Amino acid sequence: MKELVVLSGKGGTGKTSIVASFAALAQKKVLVDCDVDAADLHLVLKPDIRQDNEFWSGQVAEIDERKCTECGLCQELCRFEAIADFEVDPTSCEGCSFCSRICPVEAITMKERLSGHWFISDTKYGPMVHARLGIAQENSGKLVALVRQQAKQIADKDGLDYIISDGPPGIGCPVISSLSGASLALVVTEPTLSGIHDLGRVVDVCRHFNVPVVVSINKYDINEDNVRHIESYCLSQGLEITARIPFDNAVTEAMVQGLPVVEYRDSPVSRQINLLWRSILRLI
Amino acid sequence: MIIAVASGKGGTGKTLVATSLAISLKDRERVQFLDCDVEEPNAHIFLKPVISHSEPVSILVPEVDTKKCTYCGKCAEVCVYHAIAVLKRHVLVFSQLCHGCGACSYLCPEKAISEEGRNMGIVEWGHSDGVEFVHGKLTVGEAMPSPVIKKVKEKANREGVVIVDVSPGTSCPVVESIRGSDFCLLVTEPTPFGLNDLILAVETVRKLGIPCGVVLNRAGVGDRKVEQYCMEENIPVMLTIPLNSGIARLYSKGITLVKGLPNWKKDFVGLFDSIGEIVSEGTCSFKR
Repeated sequence: MKELVVLSGKGGTGKTSIVASFAALAQKKVLVDCDVDAADLHLVLKPDIRQDNEFWSGQVAEIDERKCTECGLCQELCRFEAIADFEVDPTSCEGCSFCSRICPVEAITMKERLSGHWFISDTKYGPMVHARLGIAQENSGKLVALVRQQAKQIADKDGLDYIISDGPPGIGCPVISSLSGASLALVVTEPTLSGIHDLGRVVDVCRHFNVPVVVSINKYDINEDNVRHIESYCLSQGLEITARIPFDNAVTEAMVQGLPVVEYRDSPVSRQINLLWRSILRLI
Repeated sequence: MIIAVASGKGGTGKTLVATSLAISLKDRERVQFLDCDVEEPNAHIFLKPVISHSEPVSILVPEVDTKKCTYCGKCAEVCVYHAIAVLKRHVLVFSQLCHGCGACSYLCPEKAISEEGRNMGIVEWGHSDGVEFVHGKLTVGEAMPSPVIKKVKEKANREGVVIVDVSPGTSCPVVESIRGSDFCLLVTEPTPFGLNDLILAVETVRKLGIPCGVVLNRAGVGDRKVEQYCMEENIPVMLTIPLNSGIARLYSKGITLVKGLPNWKKDFVGLFDSIGEIVSEGTCSFKR
């Protein structure tokens, strides 16, 4: 069983549109949406939720005002500035429980935190595991690890060949969590200076965690000078460029129709994504 | 006044809006630009600042003095992040897991734990043609952006106008970046992905009690559902930028919209004035 994770560094380069098309092209796979705090893959794949599970993760401090003597020790010691006027701001609290351990009158208790939901679903393309992190919650890395682990179990049980995961933007905790141990990372970039800058950082993260990387250039015709920059960067780093996908309104039109672009209509974009999937099969 | 520029979905044009807003205001206001997208900071590409200072960002992680340690295990017991393990004659510190809460060193009965800084990024600041510029960079391989974001925000000077460029998403780094702002601009695009993530971003800013308005970028593609949603939710659409290959090309070259197409300056000044009115009237329907 092989696991492909699609990343980008910079947001909005086309990860989800490409993953949705892979869903239509790949055989014997499970799909995972690892972008748990702004998930979009479900808008195209329209999953039928089979299992809705609560994601309880971490704790949050709560001060019992009847017991509190307002001594101020918790406020003084909290490194996350989560306590002010003897009240806890749950969006700042990191659940370390330091305050509850040092409160001289035991006025602080730690409450379990409902941090989101995760789902096992059926789509017309096969099973899908996805999640929704609660608004302003943390621990997205743990939720990503959980959806990946569920996808692995499904792949094992159903004898599937591929796990295809739509990764989050950035290079921090959810990215690291979606990346570690994957068979191959596909980094989707665009020929903008921002895209190139962010490509370099996400490639470095993949290397840091020893995951093989290949690159695709989306909307390559926006700026062909920048495409040459990307090409020379990839050459110097020994990275294979697996596709050059043109800008095409068909991508947005397909999204509005709720279809993978390869199923929407024959277009240069859908032909390139077809070729890209074939390259991925060869490389993974 | 602090104005955060966020989006939910990535790639909708946060940095495009934030940088052009900053440049448009610099002739009449004292403007400071904070790039809080410390995972993938891009504003420097557009503002080309001259960096004059830099400062490493670290969090305090435990260091155990084995001469004083009795291997009682208290530190491991109090660490909810499992960053310390105590064996029979060894203490293992997994500093990558440590959040720097300080519980272990404070609660060690032998006072055997001191704290040392662990580097996780850098904050740099300087000037960009009349705009004060600050950004942070998370070190590649590090998982926690929040300490770097906090350090960038410590530089905020509320006396002038502070523009905060935020990372995509709705989780902890976004909350950390927009917390304490007077207003949040949400940049989106008129597509199903743009709408879905806008709704999440609106819920996030409302939870923090910050008034918000929308900038609709790439208008002309997609559908009309973002505008419908904004109308129903009583969220002002404060600026509309069309889908235009000229604008996309400027962006690709790292040129701000107002430098490339100076006609846009009056739109950004107008946007700022509208934000000022909303903030001063306190017309938002939720408490701060």
